[in-house]
Amino acid sequence: MKLVTAIIKPFKLDDVKSALETYGIHGLTVSEVQGFGRQKGHTEVYRGAEYQVDFVPKIRIEVVVDDGDADGVLGVIVKAASTGQIGDGKVWVTPVDEIVRVRTGERGADAL
Amino acid sequence: MFIHLAAVSPAVAHPNSGDTAWVLASAALVLLMTPGLAFFYGGMVRGKNVLGMLMQNYVAIGVVSVMWVLVVYSLAFGNSGFGGFAGNLHQFGLFHINEPVAGNSALTIPPLAFMAFQLMFAIITPALITGSTADRFKFSAYVIFIALWVTLVYGPIAHWVFSPTGWLFKQGAEDFAGGTVVHANAGAAGVAMAILLGRRTGWPKTAMKPHNVPYVLLGAGLLWFGWFGFNAGSALAANNLAGYAFVNTNTATAAALLGWIIVEKLRDGHATTLGAASGAVAGLVAITPAAGFISPVGSIFLGLIAGSICCLCTTLKFKLGLDDALDVGAVHLVGGVLGALLIGFFGTHAVNSLAQNGVFYGGGGHLLWLQAKDVGATVGYSFVATMIIGLALKHTIGIKMSDEQQLIGMDESLHAESAYDFNALTAGSIGSSSLHSSISMAHRTEVKA
Repeated sequence: MKLVTAIIKPFKLDDVKSALETYGIHGLTVSEVQGFGRQKGHTEVYRGAEYQVDFVPKIRIEVVVDDGDADGVLGVIVKAASTGQIGDGKVWVTPVDEIVRVRTGERGADAL
Repeated sequence: MFIHLAAVSPAVAHPNSGDTAWVLASAALVLLMTPGLAFFYGGMVRGKNVLGMLMQNYVAIGVVSVMWVLVVYSLAFGNSGFGGFAGNLHQFGLFHINEPVAGNSALTIPPLAFMAFQLMFAIITPALITGSTADRFKFSAYVIFIALWVTLVYGPIAHWVFSPTGWLFKQGAEDFAGGTVVHANAGAAGVAMAILLGRRTGWPKTAMKPHNVPYVLLGAGLLWFGWFGFNAGSALAANNLAGYAFVNTNTATAAALLGWIIVEKLRDGHATTLGAASGAVAGLVAITPAAGFISPVGSIFLGLIAGSICCLCTTLKFKLGLDDALDVGAVHLVGGVLGALLIGFFGTHAVNSLAQNGVFYGGGGHLLWLQAKDVGATVGYSFVATMIIGLALKHTIGIKMSDEQQLIGMDESLHAESAYDFNALTAGSIGSSSLHSSISMAHRTEVKA
């Protein structure tokens, strides 16, 4: 099994969620995060004084999938999250050793 | 006292009911300005200090209301005493309140209604200072400070300018609703206290941006609304002059809002919501002394001048290295002084039969000279007297919060509260929960480290 983690622009969340549902995933986890990449932060001006905002708000999406689906899910997220502008985010895939459904105790792919 | 009130016949035999109703309603409007100011300032500070800011404004209502009834009303509006320095103590504790207001026999409202209306001005004036001193004034010192300040600074200055027996009033200086008494006075005091307190820990290197700009706009809206009571109520009657003051207030404020955001757009590239709110307040400040003395078209010029100049002045504090946290100097001192001086140019007899013509209406420079004297006396006295009160407190009980208290924030370190509790995990539970105390201890340790 693989964990697909994506950092995307907040306003792209609905597009990515719809695309993943269409692809057929069973669930996902979303969190609000902050950070910077090559985009860096931005500048805000209050009464003429400039403030550098280093961390930009982003959305982190986490989906655990079967090995065979990892590439497909990754492609779906990249396609749905893309605007072509700087700051679109990143997606990465990491191996997952084990997964358990808390309610039933099922393990592995059955628990997805 | 109660026996006394009942025994004496009322000062105004037949008060005008329309005038009285308008002034009482105006008093309520002006009271609302202080909570409005609390939100205007509260949104501009960081989230860990917002309750500290709101508390300072609310406690000003508490302290000043009591001091006013006991002694300050008499110092401000009693017949001149103490060699003209302040009113005498004839109305101490509101004794003799039903006698006519000194020098003001034409008043058509009961003296008690007049007293209530003027109280609201005395409340908001020391509250304005909290913008300069934001985030670092020790609470106990603040409470003592405003009690002394409203007595020794506000009372005498209000007497000089507002009381018909005061020396600046008698010379003919014009201040319709408190451009010098309230705004230039609070601005000068704010700058003095910012100097005495020194900078907030980390300023200007640490970013201290507003934590809730919508609060700032909400507060500015309440101020704008209440200010109709402040200025139009200062006609002390429901008449044509009140109408002028109402229209001038709105017109100058609108023009100042535009002036501020035009300067921002040209200088910084964006017109901001904080700028619109700040411009409106700068306009309200500047029209305050002039509201009953100039024409609506004059108000447009006055507003544009005040909005743009106050906006330009907000960057001065960085050049001077003075942590006037929320720009009380740039908005209230500069705005109040500008408004008072501009009467010397735009003042017109056509609006107010008791007023003199300014430079633009053929009156020559006489009125401008009187206005300059009014500004010099109020600003000079306020600055020096505030310094003396501040220094006395600084060298006795101390006035500044420690670095550690400032890092934790006023809300937790002074008031044991937090403004925003969106996280169920860290909300704590009722009673002296061990979880809660372990969280707060961990937080303190982290800040110390």
